[in-house]
Amino acid sequence: MNEALGYVHGLVGWAFSLAEAYDVPSLIGAGVFFLFAGLALLFACGVVFLRNVVHSALSLTATFICVACLYLSIDADFMGAVQILVYGGAVAVLIVMAIMLTRRDDMAHSNPSRGLWQHAGAAVVSGLFLLGMAAVAVLSPFQSAPQPLGDAAPGLADLMLSHYVLPFEVAAVLLLIAMIGAILLAKGAEES
Amino acid sequence: MDILNMMMGQGVVSTLADQLHNLFMLLFDNAVVAGFLMKCVGIGAILGIISVAAIVFTYGERKVCAFMQVRIGPNRVGGRFGLLQPIADMLKLMSKEDIIPQGCDRVVWALGPMLLFVPTALIYAFFPFDNGVALADVNVGIFLMLAISSQAVLPFLISGYASNSKYAFIGGMRTVAQMLSYEAPMVFSLLGVVMLSGSMRMSDIVNAQSEQLWFILMQPIAFVVFVISATAETNRVPFDLVEGEAEIVAGPFAEYSGMRWALFFLAEYANLLSVSILTTVFFLGGWNGPFLPGVVWFGLKVLAMVFVFMWFRWTFPRTRIDQMLAFSWKILLPLALVNVLFTGVGIYARQWM
Amino acid sequence: MNLMDFVRLATHVGLHHFLLFSALLFAIGLFGLLTKKGLIPLLMCVELMLNAVNINLVAFNHYMPVSDYSGQLMAIFAVAVAASEVAVGVALAFRIYRDHGTVDVDELREMKG
Repeated sequence: MNEALGYVHGLVGWAFSLAEAYDVPSLIGAGVFFLFAGLALLFACGVVFLRNVVHSALSLTATFICVACLYLSIDADFMGAVQILVYGGAVAVLIVMAIMLTRRDDMAHSNPSRGLWQHAGAAVVSGLFLLGMAAVAVLSPFQSAPQPLGDAAPGLADLMLSHYVLPFEVAAVLLLIAMIGAILLAKGAEES
Repeated sequence: MDILNMMMGQGVVSTLADQLHNLFMLLFDNAVVAGFLMKCVGIGAILGIISVAAIVFTYGERKVCAFMQVRIGPNRVGGRFGLLQPIADMLKLMSKEDIIPQGCDRVVWALGPMLLFVPTALIYAFFPFDNGVALADVNVGIFLMLAISSQAVLPFLISGYASNSKYAFIGGMRTVAQMLSYEAPMVFSLLGVVMLSGSMRMSDIVNAQSEQLWFILMQPIAFVVFVISATAETNRVPFDLVEGEAEIVAGPFAEYSGMRWALFFLAEYANLLSVSILTTVFFLGGWNGPFLPGVVWFGLKVLAMVFVFMWFRWTFPRTRIDQMLAFSWKILLPLALVNVLFTGVGIYARQWM
Repeated sequence: MNLMDFVRLATHVGLHHFLLFSALLFAIGLFGLLTKKGLIPLLMCVELMLNAVNINLVAFNHYMPVSDYSGQLMAIFAVAVAASEVAVGVALAFRIYRDHGTVDVDELREMKG
C-alpha cells in the first residue's frame, strides 16, 4: 500500500516538475498535437481495417477533420478551412455517395482485403517506406524557426494572382475538365 | 452608475463579460484559469441560446402559422395563449418509445442525429452578437463558418442510409443534391459582401456596414440569393424536399422517434436561428442601430428575419426536386456570379472616381 | 538518453513531429492501397496519402524560415488536383459498376487474355 502511494507521489511530483520545466502553452500545444495526430492515425487505421465500407468512409472523414484541426493548431487557418470544406464537405460526401450508388446486398462485408501473403508484402513495403521516411525526417538538420507571416488569406491571394498565376489558371482549367469528364463518364454520352 | 455608463459606452454584453472576468480573477487569481472559465461561460451561453430559441420557435411557428391561416393556434395548455405548449411538446417527445428499426446499422444510426448537431452548434462560435462579443472572432471567419456548416450534409446522408428504409435513403440522397447545389450560390452571394468590406472577419463586416450603408442596400441581389439559398440550406418550405411529408414520410428522420427525433428538430431550429443571424450580420448591419443597446438591435433584427423565414414557410407550396435544382444552377448561381462581377466593377470605378 | 530527455524532446512539437506523423499516415495509406480489393476503398487510401503530402507542405511552410505562403499555396493546388481526381475516380467507379456489375478490381480482368 505504502509502495503504491509512494509511486503515485513520485508520478505526481514528476508531472509537476515537468509542468514547471516548460511553459504551459507549449505543453498544451503538445497535448493538442498528440491528441489530433493520434486520432487521425487511429481513424486512418479504421479506413484500412474496418469491414463495412461505409464505416471506412466515415472514418476517412474523421481523419480529414483531425488533420484540419492540426492545420488550425499551426496557424494555418485558411488551409484548415479548405481542408474541412473540400475534404470533409465535398470529397467525403462524394465517396459516400459513390459507395451507395455501387452498393451490394451485404454491406457488412463490403470492404474485402487480399490474402495473407499480400498483407505481409504490403506490410514489408510500407514498413520499409516508413523506416526510410522516418530516417530522413529525423536525421535531416532542418532549422526550425517558425515566424509570423501575417494574415494567410491576403498573402495567399497575392501569391496566387502574381507569381503563381499560371498554375492557378491551369488548376481552374483542370477542375473544369474534371467536371465535364466526370459528368460524361457517369451520365454517358449520347451515342448517335 | 459606473457600470451603467460603461454599458452605454461599450455595450451591455461585453460589460457583463468584463465584470464576470474580474470576478474570476478575484476568485482564482490566474489569467489562464479565468480565460478558460470565460470560454466555458461563452459555450454555455451559446447552448442556452440554442435551447431557448428552439423552445420559443416551436411556439412561435405555430402562432405564426395560425396567424397566416386565420386560426387561433395553441390555446389549451397554459392559459388563453397556450404559452406552455412547448413544454407539452417536449414531454410528449420524451415519453415516446425509443424504437430502433430492424436491420439498421446501429452505431451509425445512433451517431447521425448527434453528429448533425455538432456543426450546427459549432458555427455559433463565430457570430458577433454585439460589439466585441464573439467566442472566436477569427480572420477567416466566414470561410471557416461555411466550411463547418457544410459538414451538416454527411449526417443526413448517413442517417438516411443507416435507417435501412427506402424513404429515409431517398431523403438522404435528396439532401446531398439539395444542400450541395445551394451551397454554391450562397458562397458566391457572400463574396460580394466580402469584396465590399475587404475582410472575412465577421466583426469587420459589421463595422464596414456602420461606416458605409447596410449591405442590403448595396447588395440587394446578393441579399435575395442569400435568403433563398439559406431557406434551402435549412431544408424549410418551399425547399423541404429532404423531409417532404407527402412524398417520403419524413426523409432521413423517418425511422427516428422520441428524443432522437427531437435532436433533428433542435438542429433544424438552431439552423433557422443561425441563418437569421447570418443575414443580420452580412446584410442588416449586425448590432448597429440608434438609441437602443447593440445586442437589442441585434435580437430585433434576428427575430424579424426568423419571422420572414416562417412567413415563407406558410406562404409557398413545395417545389419539385428538378425545379429546385434547376433554379439553383440556372438562376441563382448566374445571378450571384453577375453580382460578383458588378461589385468588382463598382469597387474599381469608385477607386477611379 | 534518459526518460526525462525523451519526454522533453517529444513534448516540444516541431517539424519532426509533423514529418513523422505524415510518414505514418502515408504508410497506412500505402498499406491499404496494396491490400484493398474494392475500387472505392482504393480511392480512399489514395486520399489518405495525398493528405499526408499536404501536411508536409503546410508544416514546412510553418516551421521553416520562409517569407511567404508558397507552401500553403502548393497544398491548395494539391487539394484542387485531389478533388478533381476524386470526381473522375468516382465517376469511373460508377461507370464500371454499371457496365460490369462490380467494383472489385480482381474481377475486372477483361484485358487479361
